[in-house]
Amino acid sequence: MAEDLVLEVNNIEVVYNRTIQVLRGLSLRVPRGAIVALLGSNGAGKSTTLKAVSRLLPLEDGEITAGQVAFEGEDIGQITPHALVRRGLFHVMEGRRVFEDLTVEENLTAATFALSGRGVPPTPFDLVYSYFPRLYERRKGLAGYLSGGEQQMLAIGRALIAQPKLMLLDEPSLGLSPKLVEEIFSIIARINAEQGVSMLLVEQNAAVAFAVASYGYILETGKVVIDGPTERLVRDQDVREFYLGLGGSGAARKSYREVKHYKRRKRWLS
Amino acid sequence: MTDWLFLAEVCLAGIGAGALYALTGVAFVLIYKATRVVNLAIGEILMLGGYAFLGFAAGWGLPAWAALPLAVLCGGLFGAVVERTLIRPMLGESPISVFMVTVGLGSMLVGAVELGWGADPLRLPEFVPNRPVFIGEAYLAPKVAYGFVAASLVIAAFVLAFRFSRSGVALRATAGDQGAAYSVGIDVPRVFSLAWTAACATAAGAGVLVGSIGGISPTMGVFGLSVLVVVIVGGLDSIMGALVGGLLVGLIEALAGAFLGGEYKLLATFGLLILILMLRPYGLFGTHEIERL
Ligand SMILES: Nc1ncnc2c1ncn2[C@@H]1O[C@H](COP(=O)(O)OP(=O)(O)O)[C@@H](O)[C@H]1O
Ligand SMILES: [Mg+2]
Repeated sequence: MAEDLVLEVNNIEVVYNRTIQVLRGLSLRVPRGAIVALLGSNGAGKSTTLKAVSRLLPLEDGEITAGQVAFEGEDIGQITPHALVRRGLFHVMEGRRVFEDLTVEENLTAATFALSGRGVPPTPFDLVYSYFPRLYERRKGLAGYLSGGEQQMLAIGRALIAQPKLMLLDEPSLGLSPKLVEEIFSIIARINAEQGVSMLLVEQNAAVAFAVASYGYILETGKVVIDGPTERLVRDQDVREFYLGLGGSGAARKSYREVKHYKRRKRWLS
Repeated sequence: MTDWLFLAEVCLAGIGAGALYALTGVAFVLIYKATRVVNLAIGEILMLGGYAFLGFAAGWGLPAWAALPLAVLCGGLFGAVVERTLIRPMLGESPISVFMVTVGLGSMLVGAVELGWGADPLRLPEFVPNRPVFIGEAYLAPKVAYGFVAASLVIAAFVLAFRFSRSGVALRATAGDQGAAYSVGIDVPRVFSLAWTAACATAAGAGVLVGSIGGISPTMGVFGLSVLVVVIVGGLDSIMGALVGGLLVGLIEALAGAFLGGEYKLLATFGLLILILMLRPYGLFGTHEIERL
């Protein structure tokens, strides 16, 4: 084992409500210090993958029925979600999920529970404010009154307070203007470099994800269909067409799945 | 002139009783906020506090200053055990099932108390100074006055802890979004346990105060019925609502009892309930729709 992996997901299968299978043998790895992108269209199972890793799945009546998840080389199958956060795995959930009735400051205070029992000095809130000065101006205000972009900043800010080794980021670009997306992603890249946090980044916006990630996985109906270093993925014809909206073959509006299905059949026929 | 004095005295008594409603209401809200459980046994836990006090004070002959905290401690311990053994295993079950468990718990407590102390009403040993209290010219029963002061202090402590302590943040975060609370490292089950412990300790303490005024009996759990009205009026998840609702219900019961007759007390209370629910389905301060039960 030469490679230093923060996260290793091995062939996991996930079922919701004991009936709906969503992940079908998914595997991925996050090397220490890297940003790895997990892409795929709506409903592919990206958020489910993150929830399986952070163990928030049982809260939604989901269950890992096969495979393992290892964080820093250790199987985390039996750990409670809050204990996992305290070990340094922080999940920034889809839709930001700030505590709307709490102030910005109180949201950060809530995240200090991630340091309980870690024996590390508390993170100064100024660290968050240095990355997101706008939060400082609004620190006494309720999080529910923040704009979407500011709420995303707060969600990432909470993660900073937790001093994680690995951050799972679920669609940080969701519903934000292109300018804000650019701002937030440049800060994500800075956090990765300056704080040494490894990241698993879920996105539908492949272009911005590729801009910061070094490796990418593309997910479809609960399985990885393509993976590789981002420089290779951006040259891949299918990826260019269906995730980057490039290539202009006229089929741009068709779903990737349809075309792949067609290709598969063609391959099978020939 | 004497009529005005009478009215003032009735109102004072109502506010005094209302403070105890508010205190018990706060206990109820604490549990509801943290765990979304409608705890119908709150009145019986209050009763348990009264009997525990009797046990320590009369049974063991302990002085009141020792018996009161012990009764409160018993309530807290009871809450912790109930949360751990009955409520937590039911996480994820339908709210109705959990609700029914608390109903069953209430009846079991009544049964246990009847077995231990019999069904007759009992008096608690006197422990409140009985020098009459006058506010202006209006007379207020000393027990009611001291009960009011004690309830107010405890409620103030709760409100401050809720606003400013780190545990308060954890509780409010859990109440707002449980999944997100887990995701930031909050030990959510521990918050549940804390809420049940604090709430049941508070209810037990309230039971001692209520019992010192009117005595205790296995049926004093019906106090919980008025408390239920209090929290529905105020909003199940609002501490502020429990305060306002408590005082409102206390006042209305006192006024109805004084001017219409004791049998109109509950009628007036439930009239208020229906009125408020028609105007504001979430209660005065509530944010969540009250689930249909
Ligand atoms: N709590 C749940 N219960 C049942 N099915 C779910 C639940 N969450 C997600 N799913 C289903 O799992 C599939 C993948 O969802 P998700 O992981 O959220 O996809 P993505 O994040 O890639 O858009 C979808 O078909 C969705 O309907
Ligand atoms: Mg998703």
